[in-house]
Amino acid sequence: MAEMISLSINGVSIRVPAGTMVAAAVLIAGETMFRRSVSGEARGPLCGMGVCFECRVTIDEAPHCRSCQIICRDGMKVRTG
Amino acid sequence: MTEARRTVDILVVGAGPAGMAAAVRARESGRGVLVLDDNPAPGGQIWRGGQEHSPSARASSWFAKMAASGAQVIAGARIVDGDAKRQCLTVEMPDSAFEVSYDKLILATGARELFLPFPGWTIPGVMGVGGLQALVKSGLPVTGKRIVVAGSGPLLLAAAAYFRAHGAIVPIVAEQAPVSRLAPFASRLAKHPGKLFQAAALRLALHRSRYRSSCWAIRASETERLESVQLQQHNRVWLEPCEYLAVAYGFISNVELAVLMQCQTGAAGVRVNDLQETSQNQIYCAGECTGIGGVDLSIIEGEIAGYAASGRDDLAGNLFKKRDKARQFAAALESAFALRDELRSLADAGTIICRCEDVTRERLEPMRSWRSAKLQTRCGMGPCQGRICGPILEFLLGLHPESVRPPVFPARVETLLRQEEETRPT
Ligand SMILES: Cc1cc2nc3c(=O)[nH]c(=O)nc-3n(C[C@H](O)[C@H](O)[C@H](O)COP(=O)(O)OP(=O)(O)OC[C@H]3O[C@@H](n4cnc5c(N)ncnc54)[C@H](O)[C@@H]3O)c2cc1C
Ligand code: FES
Repeated sequence: MAEMISLSINGVSIRVPAGTMVAAAVLIAGETMFRRSVSGEARGPLCGMGVCFECRVTIDEAPHCRSCQIICRDGMKVRTG
Repeated sequence: MTEARRTVDILVVGAGPAGMAAAVRARESGRGVLVLDDNPAPGGQIWRGGQEHSPSARASSWFAKMAASGAQVIAGARIVDGDAKRQCLTVEMPDSAFEVSYDKLILATGARELFLPFPGWTIPGVMGVGGLQALVKSGLPVTGKRIVVAGSGPLLLAAAAYFRAHGAIVPIVAEQAPVSRLAPFASRLAKHPGKLFQAAALRLALHRSRYRSSCWAIRASETERLESVQLQQHNRVWLEPCEYLAVAYGFISNVELAVLMQCQTGAAGVRVNDLQETSQNQIYCAGECTGIGGVDLSIIEGEIAGYAASGRDDLAGNLFKKRDKARQFAAALESAFALRDELRSLADAGTIICRCEDVTRERLEPMRSWRSAKLQTRCGMGPCQGRICGPILEFLLGLHPESVRPPVFPARVETLLRQEEETRPT
């Protein structure tokens, strides 16, 4: 069994296996809307490889992080929207 | 914090199959090799997630060769700028930045998926085929989820099999190419065992109702969370409920960094000679960024570039025949999965084309050049810098993207400032 780590997604704490990407953790937490587009549409990951920037979230207060390229760390605080 | 400046004999950008093969062969000749990749682990697209997640014996063997080679790898390193004359690149890490000077540069930046817009393609839950596969490889469980796979190319079948193996329900795989092109390709495949996917698998799939040819997605709904997708095959249109729609129409070479380094490109990708040398002195290019050809061709090109960059043209030459064969296969692939004209009319007037700036088709329709599209609508001015909408505009309206301006990826202000300081004459 992989080691489990905890992080919070929009204030809700979840546990995921170590090595999980932040984008996967956000979807595991049941959130589908990662960001709002300039005209207010809900958006989520598209390319899964770091080029489209649709999966951007705020991680530990740093805005515009590409969640498909960042691995979850224990205690991380992720915000969508 | 990493030191601000490094110097290396051979610098490789991209740690996918092509970059790994290049690094291994270059090290064999005793040169110092540094490999940089934006992803958190080496492996590129197909071997994503590094050694633990590598599915095939061949992947494991390249990871082992790589580890034994002594090539240094830095993951999570994104190239944001470069200067061909000064022979250096600017690299951004999560919390630092540095410059690397090289003697020889090997670009192995791979490819990305081609997305074609249709009403609803921006809804969360609509993703790329390799895109969703990448998320599953990164820890997203899909057990019991309904995933419709659509678009074009061999990746559709490989991904569908992958999703099923991870417990997903794949009710249908919708391939836009007609059976009249796929069937001859399938028989040809039998001569190339171990290709992108097995010949037998494709032939079997063609006979199974779940794999539909001449079939594509025309609309996705609802607005905040995907619930279903409308599919069309010939004159029939129906609704397929799903939680994810994985849809992409093949691949586009990542040529941006090569263009920034002033390497010439052609219709397929970066132009190279027999030794994988680009039009720029000291710069080589290998893998999908020279044109889409699959993993076999990427590895061979990487090996040739690695040998050639380290002065072993003789060893490079031994691989030319093997490369020719792989290229023939790539050409057959391209014609089998050629995109049909109907796909140009999937997006209606109100469909968003540029997802960064929310620019709709009707606003882009009157534009006569990329430049005017950018200036008048902001299309391509967002953080993806036209990587997603550029190929779409080319396919829909025939507008060719203009030259690349630095930074090739949005960079932090500190990185750009540092670079300015270093280029200032002292
Ligand atoms: C999302 C996706 C999924 C795919 N899945 C499969 C599959 O399952 N099976 C299959 O046969 N083929 C798959 N392919 C096709 C695949 O591209 C090739 O088979 C193979 O991975 C090509 O190897 P490569 O080394 O040429 O490029 P890649 O494997 O794409 O490697 C290129 C590397 O360069 C890095 N890079 C690019 N630009 C920069 C930069 N500016 N700075 C730093 N690093 C950079 C990238 O992070 C990447 O790791 C997939 C392609 C994509 C886009
Ligand atoms: S999903 Fe495209 S950048 Fe993350």
